[in-house]
Amino acid sequence: MSPEKVNHLPESDTKLTLGLPGAGGECHRTKAGTKRGFLETVDLNLMSSSNDNKHCEENDAMASTTTPATKAQVVGWPPVRAYRKSAMKGSCKFVKVAVEGAPYLRKVDLEIYHSYQELLSALEDMFSFLTIRNHVNERKIIDNVNGVEYVPTYEDKDGDWMLVGDVPWKMFVESCKRVRLMKSSEAIGLAPRTPAKNSSKS
Amino acid sequence: MNYFPDEVIEHVFDFVTSQKDRNAVSLVCKSWYKIERLSRQSVFIGNCYAISPERVIGRFPGLKSLTLKGKPHFADFNLLPYDWGGWVYPWVEALAKSRVGLEELRLKRMVVSDDCLELLSRSFVNFKSLVLVSCEGFTTDGLAAIAANCRYLRELDLQEIEVDDNRGQWISCFPDSCTSLVSLNFSCLKGEINLTALERLVARSPNLKSLRLNRAVPLDTLQKLLMRAPQLVDLGIGSFVYDPSSEAYIKLKATLVKCKSIRSLSGFLEVVPCCLSAIHPVCQNLTSLNLSYAPGIHGNELIKLIRFCRKLERLWILDSIGDRGLGVVAFTCKELQELRVFPSGVDNAAVTEEGLVAISAGCPKLHSLLYFCQQMTNAALITVAKNNSNFTRFRLCILDREKPDPVTMQPLDEGFGAIVQSCKRLRRLSLSGLLTDQVFLYIGMYAEQLEMLSIAFAGNSDKGMLYVLNGCKKLRKLEIRDSPFGNTALLTDVGKYETMRSLWMSSCEVTLGGCQTLAKKMPRLNVEIINEDDQMEFSLDDRQKVGKMYLYRTLVGPRKDAPDFVWTL
Repeated sequence: MSPEKVNHLPESDTKLTLGLPGAGGECHRTKAGTKRGFLETVDLNLMSSSNDNKHCEENDAMASTTTPATKAQVVGWPPVRAYRKSAMKGSCKFVKVAVEGAPYLRKVDLEIYHSYQELLSALEDMFSFLTIRNHVNERKIIDNVNGVEYVPTYEDKDGDWMLVGDVPWKMFVESCKRVRLMKSSEAIGLAPRTPAKNSSKS
Repeated sequence: MNYFPDEVIEHVFDFVTSQKDRNAVSLVCKSWYKIERLSRQSVFIGNCYAISPERVIGRFPGLKSLTLKGKPHFADFNLLPYDWGGWVYPWVEALAKSRVGLEELRLKRMVVSDDCLELLSRSFVNFKSLVLVSCEGFTTDGLAAIAANCRYLRELDLQEIEVDDNRGQWISCFPDSCTSLVSLNFSCLKGEINLTALERLVARSPNLKSLRLNRAVPLDTLQKLLMRAPQLVDLGIGSFVYDPSSEAYIKLKATLVKCKSIRSLSGFLEVVPCCLSAIHPVCQNLTSLNLSYAPGIHGNELIKLIRFCRKLERLWILDSIGDRGLGVVAFTCKELQELRVFPSGVDNAAVTEEGLVAISAGCPKLHSLLYFCQQMTNAALITVAKNNSNFTRFRLCILDREKPDPVTMQPLDEGFGAIVQSCKRLRRLSLSGLLTDQVFLYIGMYAEQLEMLSIAFAGNSDKGMLYVLNGCKKLRKLEIRDSPFGNTALLTDVGKYETMRSLWMSSCEVTLGGCQTLAKKMPRLNVEIINEDDQMEFSLDDRQKVGKMYLYRTLVGPRKDAPDFVWTL
C-alpha cells in the first residue's frame, strides 16, 4: 500500500475550536491543519484558573495572532510528571474559615492537617470560644459560653455547601474552598451525620 | 588472536566499565565476547521489551546489577494509558529461577507489584540495592517485604512515585540485625511513618550517608535523626514547620551546624514560608540543592539561601525564584553544572529569557538545563549559544504552546538553530514554542551527537522529520506529539529505526496504512498502535490517522503481555 500523500483540505474552517469565529487569524500556521483542539480530559492546568483572566488581558495587549485564551487544554502539557503536579497542588491550601457570628474570619492551611480531628482541634484553638465535645460516636462543636452548637460546613469546587466529614480527608482537602461553621439551628436540610464515617477518615 | 591468557584479558576488562565500551569489546572476536559476557556484572536494558530476561541471563550469568526501563518517556505526561505494560514481575521471576546472584535492581517507568517485591526480597540472599524511579503498582506492603527479608540491604531509593495506600509500619520491618543501610529515600511516600522505628533504624545504621524523609517526619524527629547521623552526606527534609522560638527549632539549628558532611539537600515538602536561617550554615558546602518540591518557600527566601551556596553544582528550583533570583544564582554559583527550573503554577511567578541569559553568562560550567519559562526570544537563545557551547542537555519548555518570539513574533527556529550549531556535544534536546521545518533543518545539519529529541506542536511538513532522521546519525530516541509529520516522513528510511531504541508519534499525520507498511518491512520492530476510547475500533481503514504509535526495535518479537487496546502490527 503506497504511503498516503499529505493532502488536506484546510481543516481550520471545519474544525471545532474554542475561539470566536475569525478570532486569531492563524497566519503562523502554514502547516496543513493538525491542531486538533483536544478537549480530552482537562489536564491539571498548572497555571491556575485565575490565569484565564490573565490570558484575556494578554490577548488584548498582544498584537499576536495566537490566542492563548482559545487554546484548549491538552493532555500532558506542560510536560510535568504527575508526581510533581500533585506535589505542587498539595503544598499550600489556605482556606478561609468563618464562624457564624464571629466578627472576622481566619485562614487555615488544610495541608498541614491529616484528619478531620486535627482540623477541628485547630479550629478549637483558633476560635477560643469553641469547644469540641467528643461524644461516643460524634464530634460536636459547641460555644463554651452559651452552648450554641455549630455544624462545620464547607464550600466545594462546584460551589455547593457541604457537610464536613462525609468524604475521605484527602478528597475533602482537594475540593474544599472555604469552611463555615454554621449555627446548628441554621443547618436545616443537611442530613444528620452518620457517625461511623467520621472516625475512619484520615 | 590472543597473546594473553584469558584471566589477564578479563582483568583488563575489569577496567572497562561503561556498558557502551563493553559492548564494543564484545564485538572484537568470539573469545573476547565470551570473556566479556562471563565477567559482566552490570547490565543496562533501555527498553525492557527489546530483549527477554532469559536471553539476558543466558548471556550474562554473572549478572549482579540490572537496570531496566519500561514505558516510553511520554508516559510521564499521561499520554500512555494505564496498563500499557512495563511489568517487571517476569524479569524478577526469571532471575529468581536462574542462579543469578542479583544484588542491585534499578527500575524506571515500570510497574512493580507487591508480589514482585516479595519475590525479589526472598530470592536473592545478597540483594543490596533497590532504586525505583517513576514506577507504580505497589504499596507499602511490598516495601515491608524488602525491609524484612533483605538482610544486607544498603539502598532503598524511591523517586517520584505515587504510592497512595500508606501505612507507616513498613519501616518497623527492618530487623534489628539490619545495620547495613547506606541510602534510604522515602520522600515521595504520602502517609504517616512510625517515627520511633525510624529513629532506631537510623541509630543502628552507622554507614548511612543518604536519608530523604517524607513530609510526615516533623522537625523534632529530624533533629533527633541528625544527632544520630551526623555523617550524612545527603539529606532530604520532610516537614520544616516550626515555631522559631520553640526549643525544637533552636536545637535543630545547633544540630545542623554540626552536620559538616552534608553536600546535598532537598525536600522541604512542608515548610513555613519564612526563615530558613537554620539551613544557612549547611549551604556553604552544598554541591546539590533541590527545592523543586517546596512551593512554600518564597522567592526572597530562596534568594537569601542561594547567596550562601557558592559551591553548588546542581540546582533544582521552582520558577518562583524569578529572573532576579536567577541573576543571583548566576552571580553566586560559579560551579553550577546542572540547572532545572520547574513551573510552580503560581500566576505571577515566572522566569523568562532574561534569567536564562544571566545564567549562561555567569555559569561557565553549565551543561545540563531544563527550563520551564513564560517566553523565550531568538536573541536570547543566540546569546546563550554564544555564552555557552558546553550544553549536553538542553530542554526548554515555553509554557504557552507554540508561542513565538514575543519581540519579533518570529518562530524560534533561529534561536534553537544557534544552540545546536554552537553546542557540538549536545546529546539531548527538547523543543518548544513556535517552530517551523527550518529548526529541524538546523538540527539535522548540526546536532551530530544528538541522541534524544523531544518535539511537540512543531514543524510544517514531513520535511521537518526527514531532516532529523537523515541528519542525526546518533539518534536513539525520538518522541513527537501533535506535529504534522506523516507517512512520507515515517517511511522514507525504515532502516533507521533499527539504529534507534524507539520512536513515539502521537497526534501526528501518520495513518494506519503507513504503520502497517512499516511493520511489514521491518520485522524486527514492534510497531504498536495504542487505541484509546475505541478510536480506531480496529477498523481496517488504512487512511485513518493513528492516535498514538510507539515503535521500538526488539529481538524478541511482539510482546505477549500487550493489553487489548494495544495493537502490534
